[in-house]
Amino acid sequence: MGMTHTDRVYDKELQDLRDQLLAMGGRVEAQLAASVRAVVERDPALAEQVKRADAEVNRLEVQIDDACRRILALRQPAASDLRFIATALKIVVDLERMGDLAVNIADRAIDLAQAPQLRPFHDLEALADLTQAQLRKALDAFVRADAAKAEEVIAGDDLLDALYLKIFNELLAWMMEDSRVIRRATSMMFAAKHLERFGDHCINLAEMVVYMVRGTDVRHPHSRGTPGTT
Amino acid sequence: METARPMSMLVRPPEAAAPAAVAGEAVRSTLAPAPKLVVEHLAAGFGRATVLRDVDLAVPERSILAVIGPSGCGKSTFLRCLNRMHELVPGAWARGKLLLDGDDLNAGDVDPVLLRRRVGMVFQRPNPFPTMSIRDNVAAGLRLNGIAGNHGEIVERCLRQAALWDEVKDRLGASALSLSGGQQQRLCIARALAVEPEVLLMDEPASALDPIATAKVEDLLHELKARYTIVIVTHNMQQAARVSDQTAFFYMGDLIEVGPTDRIFTAPRKQRTEDYVTGKFG
Repeated sequence: MGMTHTDRVYDKELQDLRDQLLAMGGRVEAQLAASVRAVVERDPALAEQVKRADAEVNRLEVQIDDACRRILALRQPAASDLRFIATALKIVVDLERMGDLAVNIADRAIDLAQAPQLRPFHDLEALADLTQAQLRKALDAFVRADAAKAEEVIAGDDLLDALYLKIFNELLAWMMEDSRVIRRATSMMFAAKHLERFGDHCINLAEMVVYMVRGTDVRHPHSRGTPGTT
Repeated sequence: METARPMSMLVRPPEAAAPAAVAGEAVRSTLAPAPKLVVEHLAAGFGRATVLRDVDLAVPERSILAVIGPSGCGKSTFLRCLNRMHELVPGAWARGKLLLDGDDLNAGDVDPVLLRRRVGMVFQRPNPFPTMSIRDNVAAGLRLNGIAGNHGEIVERCLRQAALWDEVKDRLGASALSLSGGQQQRLCIARALAVEPEVLLMDEPASALDPIATAKVEDLLHELKARYTIVIVTHNMQQAARVSDQTAFFYMGDLIEVGPTDRIFTAPRKQRTEDYVTGKFG
């Protein structure tokens, strides 16, 4: 991407789009961090703040979609520019969904804060840290057009899934022991599930970064029945 | 701008029809798309200047190859080498192999005139014969080539193939100049088709046309592909993307990259191609 376009206005449009995506990614990252903090610190006010701030993420999604459509219609992008636009159109959906998941976690925070805390949130925090690191790394791979880094994100999902499974099993055992904790444990389980889903969206993002950089589609490696166009 | 004349005018009368270039018709597999035209180590230039270096590529039968690249990259020279029109310019030279169905067209014993019947050409600006009627424009190549038969039938077939018949069938005797630019260009395509070429070369065939006329020519290309192998030079990258199966990118006399059009425009392998199709040439 190093070289600039002969048409510098076009160059600026692409740069603006990249900036907007990064701004949206940063927003989502902050939303996730705040929602997890609201759970851990039992802070419903912070959770409410996360819910309100989701409007901004949604607004950015619409704005980015609009910019992509305009560039497609007016510039007929090709090669890496086309792959960038295709990537933008797809990851914007993932980012928006991640924003929604942060809101879902905030809802759990509000619910959990209504009853006494049963036990510390160590594993949930660890899961949140992993998820957040995945998002940061995926966004970083996007900014630097670094396919190798994106592949690290894809590989990193296993760790996240393993930790989620551990939390799930613990909460399950806990509920079997004492039915009074079911409501709170279920809320925690949802929060963990949301984080795990969040991680999956990071994978989508990373896969699109690989496509953007190399032009090869690495999605669904095990369900490729028909020859692809890579 | 276009100084060269239509190929049919260069063709000598039929007494020269002796050593047919179609001698060694190879038995081709019906499974794989056979390359109709194969270019090997093609180099060309004028005097001491080399404008095309070591080009290798193959055009499958009944497909469209688009040739793109910035001005002066050698794409027009490349096209003109394909029917040996390039050598008509004083001081021009070309080396390398040019295989049409396996016959080397650059071989010494090939009559360029006969070759140009097999490999027709359509130019940038519509160049119908101004004093002739629509009918005579199409039939001109037949007459000059001494091709006998029912010219009226051939004229209708070619005008139909060029998607012009319905627009002109009631005024075949009218002057070719009474047609619009887009119609004139399709008339020139019909004229090129009259001598039943196997390969059609097109040099910016739509660059002088408005978008509707351009769309008609592009639509026509899709139909012509069913019968002919087409090589089209174009400055318009979107046009190359729309009409072709393969795209070749030339830069400063080198063939940088050739491949399926969708790959060239979504994920080219060479940085030069990438820079060109994304508009990063400074």
